[in-house]
Amino acid sequence: MARKPEKKPDVGTTGHEWDGIEELNNPLPRWWLWSFYATIVWALLYTVAYPAWPLISGATPGVLGYSSRAELAADIAAFDAENAPLEARLVSLELDQIADDPEVGNFARAGGAAVFRTVCAQCHGAGAGGAPGFPNLLDDDWLWGGDLNAIYTTIKNGIRDEADPDARFSQMPAFGEFLTRDEIRALTQHVLNISGQENDSTLAATGAELFADNCASCHGSAGTGDREQGAPNLTDAIWLWGNTPEAIATTITNARFGVMPSWQSRLTEAQIRQVAVFVHQQGGGE
Amino acid sequence: MSQIETPEPQLYAKREPIFPRRVKGRFRNLKWWIMGVTLAIYYITPWLRWDRGPNLPDQAVLVDLANRRFFMFWIEIWPQEFYFVAGLLIMAGLGLFLFTSALGRVWCGYACPQTVWTDLFILVERWIEGDRNARVRLWNDRWSLRKWRLRLFKWAVWLLIAVATGGAWVFYFADAPTLLADMLAGQAALVAYISVAVLTATTFFFGGFFREQICIYACPWPRIQAAMMDEDTLTVAYRDWRGEPRGKLRTIDNADQGDCIDCMACVNVCPMGIDIRNGQQMECITCALCIDACDEVMDRIDKPRGLIGYLAATDEAAERAGTPPRKVWKHIFRPRTVAYTLIWGAIGLGLLVALFIRSDIDVSVAQIRNPVSVVLSDGAVRNAYDVRLKNMQGEARTFRISIDTDDVLRLSIEGSEGLSVVVPPDSTYNQRMYITARPQDAAASTARTALRLWVEDVQSGDRAYADSAFNGRVQ
Repeated sequence: MARKPEKKPDVGTTGHEWDGIEELNNPLPRWWLWSFYATIVWALLYTVAYPAWPLISGATPGVLGYSSRAELAADIAAFDAENAPLEARLVSLELDQIADDPEVGNFARAGGAAVFRTVCAQCHGAGAGGAPGFPNLLDDDWLWGGDLNAIYTTIKNGIRDEADPDARFSQMPAFGEFLTRDEIRALTQHVLNISGQENDSTLAATGAELFADNCASCHGSAGTGDREQGAPNLTDAIWLWGNTPEAIATTITNARFGVMPSWQSRLTEAQIRQVAVFVHQQGGGE
Repeated sequence: MSQIETPEPQLYAKREPIFPRRVKGRFRNLKWWIMGVTLAIYYITPWLRWDRGPNLPDQAVLVDLANRRFFMFWIEIWPQEFYFVAGLLIMAGLGLFLFTSALGRVWCGYACPQTVWTDLFILVERWIEGDRNARVRLWNDRWSLRKWRLRLFKWAVWLLIAVATGGAWVFYFADAPTLLADMLAGQAALVAYISVAVLTATTFFFGGFFREQICIYACPWPRIQAAMMDEDTLTVAYRDWRGEPRGKLRTIDNADQGDCIDCMACVNVCPMGIDIRNGQQMECITCALCIDACDEVMDRIDKPRGLIGYLAATDEAAERAGTPPRKVWKHIFRPRTVAYTLIWGAIGLGLLVALFIRSDIDVSVAQIRNPVSVVLSDGAVRNAYDVRLKNMQGEARTFRISIDTDDVLRLSIEGSEGLSVVVPPDSTYNQRMYITARPQDAAASTARTALRLWVEDVQSGDRAYADSAFNGRVQ
């Protein structure tokens, strides 16, 4: 019984006609139209209330004064305020007591990790594994000492930072200026010898004499180094600039120095302490 | 020439108001009982207490979203054990299949929340506005002071029930007494108020105004459930061979007339507003109230009960011929229902076994890959690992860590002299661990050495393991 009506409901036409095709007058549903008008009104009000129209520098601020940057600043301020007591405790504690306080210890490690990734990772690597010329902070070898206080001092004052009078300086002459090539080759063989690597024993014997005359004052007569002067231990398996004969010869000829900025001008006391605790905890701390 | 105007078919019909009449009988009683028990379970469960020790919540059933735990009496489910919940959902689905294939839409008619709350709302409506006839009269009345008073009172009671419903739901997600106190004091989390508001609104409108429209238009189950039914399924049906031709009750027995006296009792009590005498219909939720209503009438006119009853399509021919139908159990025990029961039971058994053999220690190891390995000053090679230990018990436990390889590798734990770790109760603990190979060990110069890490509870001896590897220094 329900059959399709033959004619469209008679709603009239809009009066438009193209090639005999007429447009039926079926206006949009009222609710749809009103919703559409409401969105227009909403959009206008929105652009007045919130930042919207782009100008040459910036945008219209909006009467509500909303700013996502200000919101972020408020969030950061809120977090800082929340962390303030922890930070105060972190600064007041002795360095080696920090890890014993679980709350401050966690705060220090987490904060230290963040600071490390921001300012230290560029040279020492995101995992603190270092690179040739940039010490690996995970191993047990330390040029200037690996306890918390030594690490703290290194971070605070830097290495070879001319601007900081307390910065640590290591001095090694460029022996290429006053030793011959053969002498340097002999020295290299001696250094290979004391670190337990393959070497030419006759050359190494010559090198031993040269070592006692030129190098022992800093590296020690056995070559075990001196942390007071930042002289590396030459007998162990860790080589900052490489352990091949070529790398060692280059080091002796030209001398090589690492440089690290003094961070006290850029980091707060609490941040320096955080990084120190973080680095110390990474497996190499003494 | 006249043309008959036929209205174009509409997608949706305007709702015909339904005023179900009160009915008494065994199915109605069963429905009251099921309503009482299900509502009681729903409202009371969050208030049951269960002592789990000092560090864990005391609520017997608690979905602790904040701490990612699901507590159910003595069972505690961690996120990685969500297969328990999945298994229960599958069992619920199969149970629905089983009941549907045996007895039709009994879930819809008796246990579905929509049915239960609609029933409760109709009960309130009848209490305030009177039974069917009074309600029809009130519906057609003009808006008078009395009508306003009755309507407002009814809506108020509905709203009260709806608030209680929404409120009861949030209690499953937080400590119930604390949450109630907080909510009354206006200190509870916003999400709690929003949840209560949303559930109140849905309960109020679905139970009070939408009612059977939900079952007909909104709910997908009727379509799915129909696929679960077959000709052996017992469903509510009208025995037209006995009832037809229907007619008014006459005092003198009329041989031409069937038992149906067209009293409309079955139609008047139907909450779905259908006439069961028109045959099986999609809207029918097999709540069986029409059976009660018809039986009552049959008793009154001294006719045998069962003009409307639970009936299977396979019996129809036999019943028409006058032979008794097959036994009910023969309809229920069929290959199909037996298969459902077996699968259902197998999953249940599997879950039970899983529940008893599951370990309450869990360990996972993540090897630190930045850098892959570290050379120490004596030439030893060291790898670092993050060991994640889960203690699923209510008290702190000490775990001893050991490794299992063919090679001699030395194990050490960050921040601890020994090889044991204390893991706080009911928590996950992250521990940095190192494995070192001496220069002369084979592992030091092998690219990759497989190893197994064992974790043992020092007191109970429970063990768990995780596999990892050691990366040597390869030049």
